[in-house]
Amino acid sequence: MYLKNLALVHFKNYEQAELEFSPRINCFVGDNGVGKTNLLDAIHYLSLTKSFFNPIDSQNIRHGEEFFVIQGDVEKDGETENLYCACRKGRKKQFKKNRKEYERLADHIGYMPVVMISPADSALITEGSDQRRKFMDSVISQYDRVYLDNLMRYNRALTQRNILLKQMSVQRQTDHAAIDLWDKQMIPLAAFIYQTRVKFIRDLMPLFREYYAMISGNEEEVELRYESQLHEEGMDELLRERREKDLAVQYTTGGVHKDDLWLGLGEHPMKRTGSQGQQKTFLVALKLAKFGFIYQVSGNLPILLLDDIFDKFDKNRVKQIIRLVSEKEFGQIFITDTNLEHLEGILKEIPADYRIFTINDTIRLISQ
Amino acid sequence: MHQYSSKLLDEAVREFSKLPGIGKKTALRLVLYLLRQDEEEVTRFGESMIRLRKEIKHCRECNNISDTDICEICANPRRDRHIVCVVESIRDVISIENTQQYNGLYHVLGGIISPMDGVGPGDLETGKLEEKIKQGAVKEMILALSTTMEGDTTNFYLYRKFHNYDIEISILARGVSFGDELEYADEITLGRSIINRQPFRGDISR
Repeated sequence: MYLKNLALVHFKNYEQAELEFSPRINCFVGDNGVGKTNLLDAIHYLSLTKSFFNPIDSQNIRHGEEFFVIQGDVEKDGETENLYCACRKGRKKQFKKNRKEYERLADHIGYMPVVMISPADSALITEGSDQRRKFMDSVISQYDRVYLDNLMRYNRALTQRNILLKQMSVQRQTDHAAIDLWDKQMIPLAAFIYQTRVKFIRDLMPLFREYYAMISGNEEEVELRYESQLHEEGMDELLRERREKDLAVQYTTGGVHKDDLWLGLGEHPMKRTGSQGQQKTFLVALKLAKFGFIYQVSGNLPILLLDDIFDKFDKNRVKQIIRLVSEKEFGQIFITDTNLEHLEGILKEIPADYRIFTINDTIRLISQ
Repeated sequence: MHQYSSKLLDEAVREFSKLPGIGKKTALRLVLYLLRQDEEEVTRFGESMIRLRKEIKHCRECNNISDTDICEICANPRRDRHIVCVVESIRDVISIENTQQYNGLYHVLGGIISPMDGVGPGDLETGKLEEKIKQGAVKEMILALSTTMEGDTTNFYLYRKFHNYDIEISILARGVSFGDELEYADEITLGRSIINRQPFRGDISR
């Protein structure tokens, strides 16, 4: 499966654009701020019906215009199918496959999977545990709708329980029976979420180690450890034992909403020990593992979007990554970069087919 | 602080915009519409609102909205008094009545448990239901609440409250809807339908 072409109208900084792609490697080269990443974001739209960066659709309309349209033809199993996404100010977003509108946007998810690797990934290492839970949840939800549904129900019950705890503190009255009601709802959901996450990390781990070793070319042991209070005890015990504490602090202190991923180099945490290069390698390997994982469970080869990832890597590592993703087990790839000669030099050495587009005021195909 | 040229207009718009789903602009449109009508017409409108609020009753038996002390359904001698269907509001009573498949009584809770909306178990109207169950007047209680987290929590609350009595507690079936092509059924529903499949006795219409 690959994206044959892309047409944009009034999307972000583009008034109009049309591009024909290679089924393998496509590069967008240009200075900062010319809109390279916006092209990746348009592809992200066609995959997940939304922007990677800005969740408010209307803010992705070109300044001063009323609407945007993103269109692309996908080659899948020998057939060409057309994807169409349009947003007009103040109206509902439209998403169509072969001119037929989807009843629910969620039905499109998974049709054309993408994995984006971007500088924003560093939040996984530097920011709080919510970023790492979001990483797990977003991968699992792409293939497991029951998980997504249970996660949403768990979060809803959690919100209600927390509000209840707050109300009891304000009214200085504790109604244990009322808390029990929510505990009872959360217990089976937490168990399901926990077990799914355990299995997910177990399956992801070997892929992650493999990719890390391939990119770094050395024997550093990287660790990805799922941390959860549910390792030690069940959700029912957890909620029971922490009831008094929960009442005192007015929120729920135990459960899968406290889960985290511990990211490490050997026995040391990545956040403090890892050099910038090691951290970047770690993140790229993690995202490639996500890529491999989605491929394994869905049988669909995702499109890989590499946004400005060569920024902090030395030339050898860049070569290593490009060589890796140009191998057979990867499909179509989109790369953005600022340095033309640098990129072209590497691409000339590999056997895969590639196209380079330069982007300034206009988009030009310069080599293929 | 006035936004409009008249304080009266300002006040009326503010009252309308308190209604659910009505913003400032719609409120102004509605108020200006009323101003264009005959005085009598608007008086009738206002009075019907006041009378609605002052004179409406809640059925003593089932808590449904009614003009009389006991609602038409509860007063109907042909209704099966041993079955009670528990719903959130009058809207659900109307929906189930429209199916013409149910001949028992109702009990309207007046809400479902949701701390977010300030509704706790104590705010639900369950007194009369409890009384009936304690008297042994109920053989079956059907839980017909929405399939949200709040609905399920309320289901569990009622189950815990009443499961020690000698009554049957049932819940609306959840599954593939009628006329659905399986291909288009959503995964969650279809998954549950497979897990909670039912015995087939040659005829699904029963």
